[in-house]
Amino acid sequence: MIHSLFLINNSGDIFLEKHWKSVISRSVCDYFFEAQEKAGEPDNVPPVIRTPHHYLINIYREKIFFVSVIQTEVPPLFVIEFLHRVAEMFQDYFGECSEVTIKDNLVIVYELLEEMLDNGFPLATESNILKEMIKPPTILRSMVNTITGSSNLGATLPTGQLSTIPWRRADVKYTNNEAYFDVVEEIDAILDKSGTTVFAEIQGVIDACVKLSGMPDLTLSFMNPRLLDDVSFHPCVRFKRWESERVLSFIPPDGNFRLMSYHVNAQNLVAIPVYVKQNISFFESGSSGRLDITVGPKQTMGKTVECVLVTIHMPKVVLSANLTATQGTYTYDPVTKILVWDIGKLNQQKLPNLKGSLSLQSGAPKPEENPSLNIDLKIQQLAISGLKVNRLDMYVEKYKPFKGVKYVTKAGKFQVRT
Amino acid sequence: MSTTSAFNDEKGGSSSAGEPEYGHDPASGGIFSSDYKRHDDLKEMLDSNKDSLKLEAMKRIVAMIARGKNASDLFPAVVKNVACKNIEVKKLVYVYLVRYAEEQQDLALLSISTFQRGLKDPNQLIRASALRVLSSIRVTIIVPIMMLAIKEAASDMSPYVRKTAAHAIPKLYSLDPEQKDQLIEVIEKLLADKTTLVAGSVVMAFEEVCPERIDLIHKNYRKLCNLLIDVEEWGQVVIINMLTRYARTQFLNPNINESLLEEGGEKAFYGSDDEDDDDEEKKAEAAALAKRKPYVMDPDHRLLLRNTKPLLQSRNAAVVMAVAQLYFHLAPKAEVGVIAKALVRLMRSHSEVQYVVLQNVATMTIKRRGMFEPYLKSFYIRSTDPTQIKILKLEVLTNLANETNISTILREFQTYIKSMDKDFVAATIQAIGRCATNIGEVRDTCLNGLVQLLSNRDELVVAESVVVIKKLLQMQPEQHSDIIKHMAKLTDNIQVPMARASILWLIGEYCEHVPKIAPDVLRKMAKSFTNEEDIVKLQILNLAAKLYLTNSKQTKLLTQYVLNLAKYDQNYDIRDRARFIRQLIVPTDKSGALSKYAKKLFLALKPAPVLESPFKDRDHFQLGSLSHLLNAKAGGYQELPDWPESAPDPSVRNVEVPEWTKCTSRKERKEKKVEKPFYSDSEGESGPTESADSESDTGSGSESGSEESGSGSESEESEEESESEEEEEDEEDERTKKKKKIEKSKPKKPESAESDQSSGEEQKRNRKVVKERRSGSESESEEESESESSESESESEEESESDTDIKKKKKAAPSKPPPKQTKKESKKETKEMSLLDLDDFDPTPSPQVTPVNNFLSSSLVADLEGLSLTDTVLAPTTIAPSSSVRMYELLHRITGEGLAVEYCFSRQPFSPDPHMVAVQIQFTNNTSSESKSLHIEDPKLQSGMRIKEFPEIELLPAGESVNVVMGIDFCDSTQAANFQLCTHTRKFFVSIQPPVGELMVPAFLTENEFKKEQGQLMGMNEISEKLNLGEKCQSDHAIVERVTAKANLSRVPCGSEKENRFAGKTVSSGSLVLVTVARKEGGGAQLTVNCEKMVIGTMLVKDILQALTQ
Repeated sequence: MIHSLFLINNSGDIFLEKHWKSVISRSVCDYFFEAQEKAGEPDNVPPVIRTPHHYLINIYREKIFFVSVIQTEVPPLFVIEFLHRVAEMFQDYFGECSEVTIKDNLVIVYELLEEMLDNGFPLATESNILKEMIKPPTILRSMVNTITGSSNLGATLPTGQLSTIPWRRADVKYTNNEAYFDVVEEIDAILDKSGTTVFAEIQGVIDACVKLSGMPDLTLSFMNPRLLDDVSFHPCVRFKRWESERVLSFIPPDGNFRLMSYHVNAQNLVAIPVYVKQNISFFESGSSGRLDITVGPKQTMGKTVECVLVTIHMPKVVLSANLTATQGTYTYDPVTKILVWDIGKLNQQKLPNLKGSLSLQSGAPKPEENPSLNIDLKIQQLAISGLKVNRLDMYVEKYKPFKGVKYVTKAGKFQVRT
Repeated sequence: MSTTSAFNDEKGGSSSAGEPEYGHDPASGGIFSSDYKRHDDLKEMLDSNKDSLKLEAMKRIVAMIARGKNASDLFPAVVKNVACKNIEVKKLVYVYLVRYAEEQQDLALLSISTFQRGLKDPNQLIRASALRVLSSIRVTIIVPIMMLAIKEAASDMSPYVRKTAAHAIPKLYSLDPEQKDQLIEVIEKLLADKTTLVAGSVVMAFEEVCPERIDLIHKNYRKLCNLLIDVEEWGQVVIINMLTRYARTQFLNPNINESLLEEGGEKAFYGSDDEDDDDEEKKAEAAALAKRKPYVMDPDHRLLLRNTKPLLQSRNAAVVMAVAQLYFHLAPKAEVGVIAKALVRLMRSHSEVQYVVLQNVATMTIKRRGMFEPYLKSFYIRSTDPTQIKILKLEVLTNLANETNISTILREFQTYIKSMDKDFVAATIQAIGRCATNIGEVRDTCLNGLVQLLSNRDELVVAESVVVIKKLLQMQPEQHSDIIKHMAKLTDNIQVPMARASILWLIGEYCEHVPKIAPDVLRKMAKSFTNEEDIVKLQILNLAAKLYLTNSKQTKLLTQYVLNLAKYDQNYDIRDRARFIRQLIVPTDKSGALSKYAKKLFLALKPAPVLESPFKDRDHFQLGSLSHLLNAKAGGYQELPDWPESAPDPSVRNVEVPEWTKCTSRKERKEKKVEKPFYSDSEGESGPTESADSESDTGSGSESGSEESGSGSESEESEEESESEEEEEDEEDERTKKKKKIEKSKPKKPESAESDQSSGEEQKRNRKVVKERRSGSESESEEESESESSESESESEEESESDTDIKKKKKAAPSKPPPKQTKKESKKETKEMSLLDLDDFDPTPSPQVTPVNNFLSSSLVADLEGLSLTDTVLAPTTIAPSSSVRMYELLHRITGEGLAVEYCFSRQPFSPDPHMVAVQIQFTNNTSSESKSLHIEDPKLQSGMRIKEFPEIELLPAGESVNVVMGIDFCDSTQAANFQLCTHTRKFFVSIQPPVGELMVPAFLTENEFKKEQGQLMGMNEISEKLNLGEKCQSDHAIVERVTAKANLSRVPCGSEKENRFAGKTVSSGSLVLVTVARKEGGGAQLTVNCEKMVIGTMLVKDILQALTQ
């Protein structure tokens, strides 16, 4: 299965290598560099690269290439999914997954990789188990270090692996027992020039932060579970209960986890919370162009639209922008050709507008296509699909936990074609 | 240097010794002396007796390893700490050890004893971790130790240790592949494990070590299906992929009706009764040819589909993909749709996941377009998608295009054409071209759209359009002279060489459609000839030549001019081409022979290029696999087998004793449904029953044999006869009858009713005689009757239609697969027999019957035998199933002083040990006193040979006979196994020598696999002989029969009529044995045997040759 792993940063340094079988020379990465050069953008590096003796399967995350070396047939998604788990584990352990944090915690990283795979086959990928074996770097950790001489053998062994519910560690104790659920929905949409919806759908997730003592058995039910068209669950969720009763029944992992992801039935028309009026044009003569964008709230269910951000990938010939914004600020990066307009809160009374001229490279033909706009936004206290959590019940344990549900709507891949 | 600070924190400044080196970077230089010193320093820390110092040192060493620096010279210092009490130090030492043990094998051995101690620790976690590290040390010397440790751990009480053992198996295998056989034993044992923890890991080991041993899965199949949902996610992926392969070998194609009956198939299947009749009629027509029955899914097949479905909801993309591919490859067409939604969900994931999923969706959309049509919009492209994703989405959209949605798709394509990403635009134009070729209605629209693109400002777009238009026009040039004209105009503006070349080619090719413009274009081109690119110049020459041939009046001078220009061109290709063309088209005095064909050469009708998806035909790779993604076979890829022609015996998945009661109800259900690969019961029944009776009557094998053959030829009649006979004879022994009654009460048969009336006695004795005769007579009689009986088969079916009663019977008959009956009956028998005659019944090993006919569906012989089992009164294990079975004498009646012993090779798998050949031995006591404690003693075997004795027979009364089975591992040689047969009074030296054909077991191969394997067994491993077929062996059937009689091989389906192919594996080593008999005109034939074991090959050739020439 997975033979070796190399972590490579954007400038092509291999800053970590780990081998689960015999050692493979890091020169194998040359093939990767070749492919990287050919692809140009990091996004375009093919996830699977074939070399004479190996296959390289790589992912790109947080400006790091995770390059794994494979020797024989293995489902590519198996490896890709695993590599993403590794990245997530780093995030979980160190707060972020970056070259600096990895280098700072080299030994922990190495130990983690050692435990996650055995002979290239995943062994322990549940954060709850791993944290039992390898403590995250905290102040506590350094204290443990000083007293390791007397450290108990059992404490560092993966007892969680023996359990039938490997995602939850045993003997959890909290003084404040609390369970929070965030219902986060994202709108993916493509709007065409005239503002009509070409394609729109709602994807949602329920992220949980559960800090409950003992072995609680939770049941979460919805007011309108029919809305959910397609779902995927954390392994802790009992699928049979969902099938028969449409409730989520589970013994939660300890800490943060994603309980479920869902897709809202596409037949229900998706409410688009904002509209965009735009006019971008480039002139044949004079190597200039004009830009005029107005953003306004549309179907917001009475909530305020916040954190509105418009991003435009300008054609290469656009040298600079001279614009005025009635609200928020704009920046134009002439190197990456990205124009960002940070609007902030949408004001019903006074619609934010960005207007002005663009100057083009002289002599170059005017661009064929108008750039499309990518929009980010956030609406608090609203799940745009209308999904509502009905109640959360806890069984087995006796204490009364503190419960909370929060709703947020965001723009996912929200694009306006021009 | 950031690392330095990090560890500073942790250490709390307790030691400053190694500080400066810590952040030591290769780039920062560092001379050798300091390097050396640094390690000295670490060694000192490791030698100290403070754990904190050791820990610190180990951390720094591990950090060095992580960054890929060499720390191997520290090995002696580190390995000393392997027994350190501090768990953290110990863990880091393990990490180091595993990394460097390979390089420092001798020193690594020092640590082994620590792990061996660890293996005995009372704490399961320590046992597991000791095994894990021990097995990770890649030192060949410790292979035996590892083997021992794995074996022990495989039977550990703790499932976690067993899981670790499963993990260790592939490690050992990669270290020393010679251990395969032993490891397979461990795998077999672990496969039987019932815990979820072990399941995934052991299947992983199975896949790496012995993916071809699909037979190990049978007994565990249902358990794996049921455990699946609780296995951890990574294990699920591996299990699902393996089960996909398994199902492909064991079940029938659920979409078979479609392929067989095309459109009407499905309807007929689900339809009402009269439609059913319809179906049956069709079937009857096809019966002789295809012998297909309406498809009914095996419950085990259904179980797999049902239990994997919830996993589509997994959060793990790999699991979802695994289930999706399982459904794609195994589910009935109507059910495959469920995976679409889940796959579309994965498109929301990371771009790498999208990439892989889209590749697979692209392949699926070619086969099953309808599945993804509702999700069309999910494949719309965003400008922010990476190019590789865009191109894949485009591929999917193109595949999904049909008459109804094409307008939406084209509108969508229109926006894509404006994209800034030029590679993507080019791909879009290609996609439009493909839509245009696939969907006739929009061809003109697309063409017009593409023509409009010709005025695009971007040259690349124009060029790509020209190329695509060229391809489209080639399909119907007559209608589009306008476009050709339009394109001719473009030559003034367009500069991209490829596009210019394409236009010129078009004009030249279709110059007859544009007779006026073409010469003009040539004129213009002649003018600019010297400034053109090479490919354009070549096309100008081409155009000139074609015009010269069609319109020489106008273009003669122009052509001369162009050719002259080309003659002095800098590029030799162009000079050559000019010379070539001149010789070919311009008539000269001694113009070559070719010149009269010039027109044909240049203006031949060229086939239109086919615009095909690059994903076409990729589905022969298992979806979701690396090989599929690369469209090339990756190392270790296991081919997805084709569906079998007829389902192998489903009862192999029945689990023994404890689940028995559960299974029966399910089995009964199944019996009603399961398609029966055999012919109907009636004929099969008649044979054995009759033979049994006739034998008890006459007591002579040869007579009974002739009767039997008679019964074969006219089955209907003979059945009646046999029934009447039965009546008479059965009166003699009531007990037999009783037994029969019970047995037959389940399968509905006329005989049973009749036999009920009569009463039996002396059942015991009679049964024994029956048994004896059967095995004795069959060898001679059935061989002869086989061919006839197969003919009678079809006749009897016709007859049956006229007779309603019999028809009913027949209808009922196919619903009961005989093997299962056998099994059930055998079960019942054992009970019954033990009630009736305890002393006699011999509990031979191998309670599983596993009739052999899961292969050889083509051979009627086997089918009949399978059936014959159902009726006999004997313990099925001891019945020789094959008609061609020959009895060999082990001990003659006279030398044995009344004890006669014969043996035969029953061709049943010998269940206690698959590497042994099952030898069935029949003892007959011809004396007047009873014989006691028959057993084997003192085997004298060649090295490597093994013997599994039959359990001692305590008592053999006078006149009785008894059958037992023993196993011998002949080590793939024909050396005799010598041993002593002992009774309570005497000992006899005897020996069993196997014919070479009995040293093998059938292997299923598809035609392709066969060819592939054969390709690998060429040269020394191939033996080929010419022969003249004997008079009786001219037909295919006779060849098959003779070959399978001679050697225990299965027939391989074969496309060519002239060829018969057989495949098997040697019992002991599993080497493939491939036999091909190719018939030639006039009774000649070519026999080819491919076998790794040359000796076996040679002997087999000799044997088969003999069999075929007689």
